[in-house]
Amino acid sequence: MIKESPVHFHRMKDMPSSHLLGTGTPMCAGCGALEALHNMYDILGEKTVFVNAAGCMTLLSVYPFTPFRGGWLYTAMASAPAGAQGVRDAMDILLEKKKLSKEDNMEVVVLTGDGSAYGMGLSATSGAMDRNLDFIYLCYDNEGYGNTGQQYSAATPHAAITSTSKGSHGYPGFKKDLFSIWAAHHPAYVATIIAAEPLDLAKKIEKLQTMKGPRMLIALAPCPTGWDYDPKLSVEIGRLAVQTGVWPLKEYIDGKVVHTKIPRQRKPVEEYLKLQGRFKHLFDPQRDEQGIAEIQARIDAYWDNVTE
Amino acid sequence: MTRKLLTGNGAAAWGARLAQADYIPAFPITPQTEIIEDISIWIDKGEMDARMVTLESEHSMITAAGSAASSGVRVFTATSSQGLLYGMEMIYTVAGWRAPFVMINVSRGLSSPITLESDHNDIMAARDSGFLQIHCATCQEITDSVLMAYRLAEHKEVRVPAIVNLDGFYLSFTREPVSLPDADKAAAFVGEFDPENLQFKGSTPLSQAMAVLGGGPYSYFRYEMHLAVERALSVYDEIADEFADTFGRRYDMIDNYQMEDAEYVFVMIGSFATKARDAVDSLRKAGWKVGLARLRIFRPFPKERIQQLLKGRRAIAVIDQNISMGMGGVLHSEFATALYGMNDAPAVLASFIGGLGGRDISQQEFFEMINELKQACDKGISPPPRLIYTQNELTEIRKLQAIAQVEHAEIHQK
Repeated sequence: MIKESPVHFHRMKDMPSSHLLGTGTPMCAGCGALEALHNMYDILGEKTVFVNAAGCMTLLSVYPFTPFRGGWLYTAMASAPAGAQGVRDAMDILLEKKKLSKEDNMEVVVLTGDGSAYGMGLSATSGAMDRNLDFIYLCYDNEGYGNTGQQYSAATPHAAITSTSKGSHGYPGFKKDLFSIWAAHHPAYVATIIAAEPLDLAKKIEKLQTMKGPRMLIALAPCPTGWDYDPKLSVEIGRLAVQTGVWPLKEYIDGKVVHTKIPRQRKPVEEYLKLQGRFKHLFDPQRDEQGIAEIQARIDAYWDNVTE
Repeated sequence: MTRKLLTGNGAAAWGARLAQADYIPAFPITPQTEIIEDISIWIDKGEMDARMVTLESEHSMITAAGSAASSGVRVFTATSSQGLLYGMEMIYTVAGWRAPFVMINVSRGLSSPITLESDHNDIMAARDSGFLQIHCATCQEITDSVLMAYRLAEHKEVRVPAIVNLDGFYLSFTREPVSLPDADKAAAFVGEFDPENLQFKGSTPLSQAMAVLGGGPYSYFRYEMHLAVERALSVYDEIADEFADTFGRRYDMIDNYQMEDAEYVFVMIGSFATKARDAVDSLRKAGWKVGLARLRIFRPFPKERIQQLLKGRRAIAVIDQNISMGMGGVLHSEFATALYGMNDAPAVLASFIGGLGGRDISQQEFFEMINELKQACDKGISPPPRLIYTQNELTEIRKLQAIAQVEHAEIHQK
């Protein structure tokens, strides 16, 4: 595979200053997923085929318009990784038979939401990793079935109010640890990213471009409509997710998990929670000290075990 | 040309090899598995230049088949029964991608109850998907139909995937002598795959399978697909002629047997038609003017050809190896649609359902069907649909039920 000559992202000013993805898409204002996709696409470049699973991003390409300058293939909710398999294999066959020039080769990227990645699409994702498929996988994780109105998914955090967990305590379950499930497959690369930390994101994309095999990304995607907050707060909420330790930025390479940004002085989680309507019941009509403390304790317990 | 003794599955694998398929996404399921085993051995030995990948499900397998075909390579795949249904979302989806490839379905009854043996409910579930359907009755026909199916699916006027169907066990595991076309001749007949505009290239932006908003664009693309599938009918004759010229074997849309002067006609699809042939021979000897029309191409449905063929006949027995719950035989409904309102239509169009889950249809049962047709003609009314089942079979099931009840009672006593 032809790799673009590496760009070195040391500072924010090293980042691409214009976006490759076209404008005018129907994503919501403040969409954290679209921002992550922008950042990623700017670095990957236009020789990219996105293989999409059913989710919010499906509406990026609505006939006859597309914001993508390369390839796009919508598949279904469960099988985008298998779609990527077919595209990758076909391109490899054509490269071998000299029916596709090296210059025309493309990077294949699965684009799915958490509803697919954490649930229906997990088997296909596991299969693609088993087969050591040479592809990139981006899960934009807005912690619920966002495109259908934010019902809870296996990615929904404890206590979040969703369209199907509207009770006074919100969602009773806990967010599934997809990072570890993926890492257990020993793929080439697994990382968590967030658009609010674009430099960390860029460094990870740059790194995975030098690798082959399954390169797996989960982007926490703050979602104004699903999480119930003012769209202008998306970046702030994203930063708080990192600063409070809710969303650990980390990567898995060669059997080892390394944190890429350890918040030494973690802010209290309530700073993150109180900005979002989905957690309002923790503060209003009265503060749920126990509920907040439980959430804080789980975050603390996670970081207590983190050394690097 | 070489003659080989091949199972139906072996004949299907040879079809893929002779068509020079580039890519085989696979998933094992009885009774189809031998097809992908044969192909994998050939690839390992270097006898077939293709890449095979075992996916983790049929849903993924059909997705990969469609996406590879949409990326410019010739694809072959195979499934059966539950696998076809597990992948059904993608059967409809990839047909809409207008990605031409060929898939074998080895017909097997559907759960519940779960069974391994053959009937046509699986393939009937794919009826409205946009896949073309060719149904085979012999092993020779399987190899030949795979070659023809590629021509049909890849034709510039058509461009949809195709299913070649064969019956589980009755064909999949039955060995018959097959004349295998020479590799060069087969390759020349099928030709190189022309992906047309279906190929991802770094230098060419291309979005495929995009969403639409509203019924207008949606209907447009659905109608386009319907018209393309219909065009496969006229294209079919050209391809069948060329196949006959090249290989000396002719496959019409409908395989007719003793139809010239037939007053009574059996209509069916698949390998059980060979049983009906024997019945036609016996009935002819007994003085009955009986014929057999075996539908080879089921999608598109050759309505005009059926009308021409059945015009002026006395009575038709449509034998369905499928059952649409609460309605009856699917094939029967389709023939009723084709014949309704036609001048000089047969007065009697009778429905017989049999051969479910591998159940045989005996010679005696074929004779009974003709008897029924005769009586119906005399009375002037079509008989109600018949679910073929014998007293013996009912006795056997009652015995099984009695055993089950005894066992049940004993467990409860303990």
